[in-house]
Amino acid sequence: MTLLRVSDLTIQDRLGTALVDGVSLSVDRGEILGLVGESGSGKTLACRAMMRLLPGEGLTIRGGEIRLNGADVLTYGEKQMMAVRGREIGMIFQNPASHLNPVMTIGRQIAEGRRRHFGASRREARQHAIELLRQVGIPDPASRVDNYPHEFSGGMRQRAMIAVALACEPKLLIADEPTTALDVTVQMQVLHLLRDLRDRLGLAVILITHDLGVVAQTCDRIAVMYAGRLCETGGKREVLGAPLHPYTRGLIECQPSSDGGAGRMITIQGQPPLAQRFPAGCRFHPRCGSATAECASVQPEMRVEPGADSHAAACHHAASVVNRGMVHGH
Amino acid sequence: MTATQSVAAIGRRVLPGGNTLTVGIVILAAWVLVALLCPWIAPFDPISQDADATLLPPNPAHPFGTDNFGRDILSRVMWGTRIDLQICFIGVAFPFVLGTIVGAVSGYVGGALDTLLMRLIDIVLAFPFLVLMLAIIAILGPGISSFYIAMAMVGWVSYARLVRSQVLSLKHRDFILAARSLGYSHGRILFFHLLPNALASSIVFAMSDCVLVLLSGASVSYLGLGVQPPVAEWGVMVAEGQGFITTAWWITTFPGLAIVALAMGFSFLADGLGDKLGARP
Amino acid sequence: MATSTYPLLEVENLSVAFPVSGGFGFGRRSVHAVNDVSLRIQAGETLGLVGESGSGKSTLGRAILHLERATAGTVRFEGRLITGGLPSDIASLREQTAMIFQDPFSSLNPRQTIGEGIAEVLRVHGKAQGAAIPARVGELLTLVGLDPEHATRRPQALSGGQCQRAGIARALAIEPRLIVADECVAALDVSIQAQIINLLMDLRERMGLAILFIAHDLAVVRRLCDRVAVMYLGRIVEMGPTHTIFDQPLHPYTSALVAAIPEIDPDRPLPADLLRGEPPSPLSIPAGCPFHPRCIHALPACGHGPAPGLRHRADHAFACVLHDRSSDSIHPVTKGALQHE
Repeated sequence: MTLLRVSDLTIQDRLGTALVDGVSLSVDRGEILGLVGESGSGKTLACRAMMRLLPGEGLTIRGGEIRLNGADVLTYGEKQMMAVRGREIGMIFQNPASHLNPVMTIGRQIAEGRRRHFGASRREARQHAIELLRQVGIPDPASRVDNYPHEFSGGMRQRAMIAVALACEPKLLIADEPTTALDVTVQMQVLHLLRDLRDRLGLAVILITHDLGVVAQTCDRIAVMYAGRLCETGGKREVLGAPLHPYTRGLIECQPSSDGGAGRMITIQGQPPLAQRFPAGCRFHPRCGSATAECASVQPEMRVEPGADSHAAACHHAASVVNRGMVHGH
Repeated sequence: MTATQSVAAIGRRVLPGGNTLTVGIVILAAWVLVALLCPWIAPFDPISQDADATLLPPNPAHPFGTDNFGRDILSRVMWGTRIDLQICFIGVAFPFVLGTIVGAVSGYVGGALDTLLMRLIDIVLAFPFLVLMLAIIAILGPGISSFYIAMAMVGWVSYARLVRSQVLSLKHRDFILAARSLGYSHGRILFFHLLPNALASSIVFAMSDCVLVLLSGASVSYLGLGVQPPVAEWGVMVAEGQGFITTAWWITTFPGLAIVALAMGFSFLADGLGDKLGARP
Repeated sequence: MATSTYPLLEVENLSVAFPVSGGFGFGRRSVHAVNDVSLRIQAGETLGLVGESGSGKSTLGRAILHLERATAGTVRFEGRLITGGLPSDIASLREQTAMIFQDPFSSLNPRQTIGEGIAEVLRVHGKAQGAAIPARVGELLTLVGLDPEHATRRPQALSGGQCQRAGIARALAIEPRLIVADECVAALDVSIQAQIINLLMDLRERMGLAILFIAHDLAVVRRLCDRVAVMYLGRIVEMGPTHTIFDQPLHPYTSALVAAIPEIDPDRPLPADLLRGEPPSPLSIPAGCPFHPRCIHALPACGHGPAPGLRHRADHAFACVLHDRSSDSIHPVTKGALQHE
């Protein structure tokens, strides 16, 4: 059952550059969607738009729909949005240290939302905070609830931030690079936690990341973005096993662990374009090995691959990319 | 510097695109031109007295009127530009250089030297600015050079603190570590790598400080401790005209407006530079 | 250059501690960031230094280049004593070593153009004079895959990958024999990361560079390094040739790290948690084996006495007592973790 459906979302900056251009996504209840892309791909911006919290001035949503349980949140007023934020959609960030209030105890920060959205009493909210800390795997939650963020380690802070986000029982959690700042071992623990929350609470998660390894192990479906546009969406097995878009293929190939790890690495030549200089046609074409004249002039639309019910890509040559038989063997 | 900031804030609202830098440069350039050209463009000698033309209100011959000695106010304002620009420049340059060196060395070297210099700054700051200045001038004897010396002795502390705080935050940045790893000497790191990055905010501060110096210069002259009559200086002129404020408003008003106009030029420049250099005053 | 019998870099029992003041300035304690570390790097060799944040790997890298004061132990570069050495010895270290940093933007002086930054190195070290300088700058930029035109740009005008290349060009201007690369790809996009790794491989081949590659990303280390040293709370807990470390890790910490590498294999489940708890703070290092509170194989004995020293088995060294228990050479820990064939 679809919880959130974003269609044709476009976000422009003051100069009219489309930083997010016609992006369509959907997340089902209890599903983890991996949103993959490099810096400047618009993945964070697209998710901020779902909360109607665009950073900075001059950014405007210029089109599209964001339907949460069928209702378009783009038509909501600020007051209605406040009921959505936290309550319907929770958000966690890459750097918990800067997103937790340093002068407020962890418990108070978790309880705050509970009291606001549910009108819980101080004592109820505190009990709930302890319970949440237990759920996110903080040892000895009854005493930890009175700690300040600086008394927590990096991994525990990330858990605490997840607890803050979960306090109002949102249906959807947007996790913006939640493990990038963490060590691999701690990263694994946080990913376990997200999976576990999905299984237990039926939480839907949008996991924004640049790490395909994280996606492969955690997500159900994948959406790949490049320079503000969606390149490819589909189930993780289809996308990682038989990518249709050359960019997705390149991303997979340039992971250091891809082919057993010896010798030169396969790279994507060049670098991601700046927003002011997005190329015409397919935005990936200057870096693409199989680009043709068509790619430089005509913008490819998302097309569902025949025979694959949900695997779609925006590439004129999607078929030949598959034919070249890139399969990640392992 | 709240006064400076609010002037600049008004300027921002009035000027399209907030192009305060250009406006500041234009105002200052105009004053510099006046200072350079005053022997030719000033209609009268600024100190020659004319007993037949005392206390004339503004008229075609004397657009700004004359004072109680019959001296032309317009000419005196023009000639005063030379002294007042000099006060701004020297009055800021000495503290700037002294403060920057002390602050940079203090921040970079750290340890006991830093503690010592910071305590010294605390001592200077413990006294009200003007009181300390007047005390120093009183010891040295009235005159413009005493004013410069006093300004340097009191004004350096702001620059030292500003530069020191910048150096402290910059010295742990990677590019300084990189410079050390490349085998650069301390002097090179301090003067070629740290200072150029630390200076932006103190340059901006210097521009707003010009206003402060100009006003202190005027107040000191007003108190009779700075520029001595009959030299044309705006502060002196304001002081001399105060006895006639009810009967001959023009004697104090025009030099006063000149002070405001020059101060505005510096404010705009400070604001514009702040935007340009990425540092706010 | 007369090839000496000394290894290029020899670190012996190096320790680095920082004083930290306790609350309200009372009770001065110290953080033992690096504890009794010994390692060697031969000319042309790439040693990977891995560990979690707070493991002391960056501090070790800086102490090796004499950018951090060692509290005990020695660092020798080509046999010359660097720790507490003569200024001339340190100058010779600076002539032959360079560092590249994690944050490509902040490691370049924002008020200098790329070209000025490189030219300064050339001038200070007398590598080129006068008209030869711009030519050499262009040459270095080309070497790292930038356009010579980039010389006139400031770091702000370049992308992260370009800045990192510029940083590498500046390091190469010294004509170093050893480069310490501190997390130099961690801040870059995946596609750019691969480009920089390839560049390092190229340069290593062409110039016979030795590299101390500090990273937390084991997949990258596996790709690039000849040998790997694993650090935990300031100590090296395992060291050996890359394939041995990845295929047959002997320390439970190493096996946990290796197992935690996220691989792009949709059919491989998220690995089970091979560590307990959270990384402890370097401020309070546990007694006994520093790793024992997180070790799923820890025995009661692991929590007492001094930290276990490195045991050597051919070119492989590890600091774990568990191996003495079983008679065969493969110990119980690694059996579970050997998921990489």
